[in-house]
Amino acid sequence: MTSSASLQPAPPSPTRGLTSRIARVLPLPAGAGMARILVERNIISFRHGWVALVTGFAEPVFYLFSLGIGLGGLVKVVTTDGGQSVSYANFVAPALLAASAMNGAVFDSTFNVFFKLKFARLYDSVLATPMGPRDVAVGEISWSLMRGGLYAAAFLVVAYFAGAVHSWWALLALPAATFIGFAFSAIGMFATTFMRSWVDFDYVTLAIQPMFLFSATFFPLATYPGAVQWMVQATPLYHGVALERALMLGEVGPGLLVHVAYLAALGLLGLVGAARRIEKLLLS
Amino acid sequence: MTDPDSDLLLQATGLTKTFGNFTAVDGIDFAVQRGESFGFLGPNGAGKSSTMKMVGCVSPVTGGVLRLFGQDPATHGPQIRARLGVVPQKDTLDEELTVQENLWIYGRYFGLSRSEVRSRATELLDFAQLEDRARSKVEPLSGGMKRRLTIARSLISRPEILLLDEPTAGLDPQARHALWDRLFRLKRNGVTLVLTTHYMDEAEQLCDRLVVMDHGKIVAQGSPRSLITEFSTREVLELRFDTDDHAHHGDAIAGIGERIEVLPDRLLVYAEDGDAAAAAVHLRGIQPMSSLVRRSTLEDVFLHLTGRTLVD
Ligand SMILES: Nc1ncnc2c1ncn2[C@@H]1O[C@H](COP(=O)(O)OP(=O)(O)OP(=O)(O)O)[C@@H](O)[C@H]1O
Ligand SMILES: [Mg+2]
Repeated sequence: MTSSASLQPAPPSPTRGLTSRIARVLPLPAGAGMARILVERNIISFRHGWVALVTGFAEPVFYLFSLGIGLGGLVKVVTTDGGQSVSYANFVAPALLAASAMNGAVFDSTFNVFFKLKFARLYDSVLATPMGPRDVAVGEISWSLMRGGLYAAAFLVVAYFAGAVHSWWALLALPAATFIGFAFSAIGMFATTFMRSWVDFDYVTLAIQPMFLFSATFFPLATYPGAVQWMVQATPLYHGVALERALMLGEVGPGLLVHVAYLAALGLLGLVGAARRIEKLLLS
Repeated sequence: MTDPDSDLLLQATGLTKTFGNFTAVDGIDFAVQRGESFGFLGPNGAGKSSTMKMVGCVSPVTGGVLRLFGQDPATHGPQIRARLGVVPQKDTLDEELTVQENLWIYGRYFGLSRSEVRSRATELLDFAQLEDRARSKVEPLSGGMKRRLTIARSLISRPEILLLDEPTAGLDPQARHALWDRLFRLKRNGVTLVLTTHYMDEAEQLCDRLVVMDHGKIVAQGSPRSLITEFSTREVLELRFDTDDHAHHGDAIAGIGERIEVLPDRLLVYAEDGDAAAAAVHLRGIQPMSSLVRRSTLEDVFLHLTGRTLVD
């Protein structure tokens, strides 16, 4: 029982996906490069409760049909901020995709992470192994964007058959949705590390609800008054919606890089913040 | 730096932990050799868990020097943790997973391959007598089963040092003895045990050497036997009287035995020969409600050192 030669942890793997590569150049606390094992843990756990996956998928699809068909019957044509005239269903579908990526990511990185952090005390046992706080943050965020990606893929298939996909650029809508998921799950996890009880989750709802309604989701930006436009553009979901809409309607231009940069900055801020807070909370 | 393969696995000098202005661990020194079984004995709040967390490299050292395998937790945390098994005071099992999945994924956290964790888990399920519960969820298991699973889990990486924070707290006597038996087996296999307890019998059963902690400081150290010899007498006479206040009986029996401790509910007379002390009490015409002669334990050592009892 004393031999340890075979027991050393696997050396940090050189490159495991974008997030852990980025993780190395950021001011992040220690990790063993094994975030993927936490993802593995979540997959095992998920196999016991796969029903959650169904609900995460169903919600945006219900919205698509109720709004696209219901509201779309009243509002025939919408002029996008890119200047095209499109049907309401085509207009709203990309926004729903972005919003569902946000919802999936936020739900996972707030409720689920809070439960694991405060009640299940999962990370306490994880941090007693060679894994570090960086692995926890990268692992949880990767997992929730994987989940978000799965919802997005399913939604895209439905949107395609509903006739809401019009451009080959729409193939990029899936990675974009995953990217939106990254930004929101990172910032969501960061926020979660500050929460003291379930009551604090009202703040999450308070942030998510208005954003869902007013991020140029259901109306083009041009319909908002000038000062309000400025506020809308400051919200992260606006950038997600704008990105998805441009890709699905084929209105692609260099301006999209602004949205990408905004979301990347948000995600990285959340990632670094979450890892540092986990370290502060659990390794004190 | 010490040789990482030396037999001195764990060394602390002036080890200190503060939380704000509160000092939980106050400059303690200790060292543990390979194959030893080393204990921290102390009452609630003595600083045992705080010490264990620093040793487990999950709580940064505030002051002093701590070395495991000759390495510094501040710079080699993951490398050190790879060689430790940790049984925390409160079980932190993964309640969303089954018993065997708990073992598998924990091994994976140590970078072991899937096939390796599966074969080790089979052995450990046997060790923890949980084979028939392998596929059941963790949540409905009994306290003793969860504790055995936590210990089994800590062994999946075949650690060189096993850190056990109150391994048998909250278990019934039968479950405690079963666990002690498992720990003996590990010790025989050469695993170094570092444990905390506030059970005297546990310390006497399991520890080759121990330190007694109180208020963050080490107040005595040695083997259980040597501590008893040094700080207590061979036997103890316990006297109970039919009164609320035992203090005034203390004066009546003064001079009998080597030392007398007055507790709220009983008097303890420390003597080499307990029966002789009982006879002396009787000769003075004192009629206790009950009188009992027993061997000294670490409890008596603790009482002598701190003036307080260690209540379970
Ligand atoms: N994270 C923390 N923040 C503030 N104070 C703490 C923290 N952890 C422990 N303490 C304090 O440090 C002291 C020692 O606690 P510790 O848990 O080490 O004691 P212990 O010997 O393990 O006690 P017990 O037998 O109850 O487990 C206690 O007074 C406790 O309140
Ligand atoms: Mg403790």
